[in-house]
Amino acid sequence: MRRRKSIKDMSIFNVTSVALGLAFLYLPIAILVIYSFNASRLVTVWGGWSTRWYVALLHDQAMLEAAWTSLRIAAISATAASVLGTLAAVVLVRAGRFRGRTMFSGMVYAPLVMPEVILGLSLLLLFVALDADRGFWTVTIAHTTVTLSFVTVVVQSRLLTFDRSLEEAAMDLGCPPLRTFRTITLPLIFPAIAAGWMLAFTLSFDDLVIASFATGPGATTLPMRIYSEVRLGVKPEINAICTIMIAVVAAGVIVASLASKRRAGSRIGWTNIR
Amino acid sequence: MTSAAETASRRERSRRDWGRRLVILISAFWLALFFVTPCLIVLKISLSQTAIAQPPYVPVLDLAAGWPGLRDFAAGLSLDSYRLLGSDWLYLTSYLRSLAIAALSTSILLLIGYPLAYGIARAPRPLQPVLVMAVFLPFLTAFLIRIYAWINILQREGLLNDMLIALGIVREPVVWLATDTAIIIGIVYSYLPFMVLPLYASLEKMDEALLEAAADLGAPRWKAFWSVTVPLSAPGIFAGSLLCFIPIAGEFVIPDLLGGSDALMIGQTLWTEFFQNKDWPVASAVAIALLIVLLAPILIYQHVQMRALGDR
Repeated sequence: MRRRKSIKDMSIFNVTSVALGLAFLYLPIAILVIYSFNASRLVTVWGGWSTRWYVALLHDQAMLEAAWTSLRIAAISATAASVLGTLAAVVLVRAGRFRGRTMFSGMVYAPLVMPEVILGLSLLLLFVALDADRGFWTVTIAHTTVTLSFVTVVVQSRLLTFDRSLEEAAMDLGCPPLRTFRTITLPLIFPAIAAGWMLAFTLSFDDLVIASFATGPGATTLPMRIYSEVRLGVKPEINAICTIMIAVVAAGVIVASLASKRRAGSRIGWTNIR
Repeated sequence: MTSAAETASRRERSRRDWGRRLVILISAFWLALFFVTPCLIVLKISLSQTAIAQPPYVPVLDLAAGWPGLRDFAAGLSLDSYRLLGSDWLYLTSYLRSLAIAALSTSILLLIGYPLAYGIARAPRPLQPVLVMAVFLPFLTAFLIRIYAWINILQREGLLNDMLIALGIVREPVVWLATDTAIIIGIVYSYLPFMVLPLYASLEKMDEALLEAAADLGAPRWKAFWSVTVPLSAPGIFAGSLLCFIPIAGEFVIPDLLGGSDALMIGQTLWTEFFQNKDWPVASAVAIALLIVLLAPILIYQHVQMRALGDR
């Protein structure tokens, strides 16, 4: 029988490459967080610890409004994307062969890699053609469309790994398909749907390009707001808002991973995303 | 009695069939309306001409005008926007530049991502999900933030220059921002998770006994790596590279914030045509041409993805 491996069994090369890789990923974020507590207005001169930029942020009405808009858009579009994405995953895994299947899976997977500028432009032109009022709802629809594919991939990989005999047993005992789905399938794939929702939420909350195309005069999202500030140069307030966003994401991930400590949680299929 | 049971089961089956059709239709309808139709509209507008009107192009398809309306519409279509793309060096260099930057960054991503993914796949089992999560986590913190973090570091009085001067490597601050180096650093940083995760997924499945066998048969380690590990991780290499290459070629935010204003990537050209020049037909033609260039990689990616998800 094979002995369990410990860190000591890893070669120096492997340990170094993992350490360097993670350092590359986390160092810039760490620097950003540290400098958000910098008292000096000059971003690169250290003037002692301070929370003044967080206080300044609280008085930045436009920024807070943009953040609120982004949160609402992200919550609504992630929920819609979870429903549609789960349906699409069920179709791809369970519906067997049907006419237009290749076309269907093409439609589902293409938005995963399609450059954002093309998605944004095409959605805007659709909204113009439909003569829709551009703003909050058009951005929400755009985000739903773009993120539902991500939900599909996450849910699909979960559907593929779970034991189908449970569903079959329920059906054999006379349980109708819809009820089987609700009482057997849904609880089993729920961790994946939750992960997909979180992913969709983050993608929406994070998106600049598609929102810029799809929005109208009414709605400015947080990334659009940050982007217009960043274009004017580096500002300490931006460091502060970035730190808050990182803290929120980190808290969300910790809560989610604690909640799914059971084995199901570790199999949500992160590795198949995008 | 048998026939009654048969009828019931047939009715049940047809109901199930309807349910199945409905499930297919809901998501298919959404994607057809909000993904396929928009792409067709882009194609249509790319064949139109700019006009000072609302919407700012002619001809406008007026289905209410019936057949003559459709004929007028078809007569008004032109390839002018595409001719412009072919004749103006600005567009051509922009495409080539995007592809070159995408190819270069994808290679660097592979060089950095492979050892990282390999290291994670050889880590102790219980540690692996933690490391995978650690690679994935930065992806969840806003993309814009991560680019912004690099502006802090790369600017003239930024940390990188401070460090290089303190170490005595350079005397004068080096210009990093507004260069291609900055663009590539930003791209490699943002896309690293997309490279590492597929690589890890394929490396993790590999049986280490194969390497032991190669060693027993006298293969040096580099040779075993080259002729066993690399071919076995080929699906991951393909998936990761395409996953990075395709979106990078159309990238807008990173070159816009970190790059210079003298040479544009194609995503920026599209953005400028649309938002600044308000030239919708040319912007649409740029998009369609980009799609055509990326069509082969996108189709290959879809194929790889479908196989990975056990769906042929």
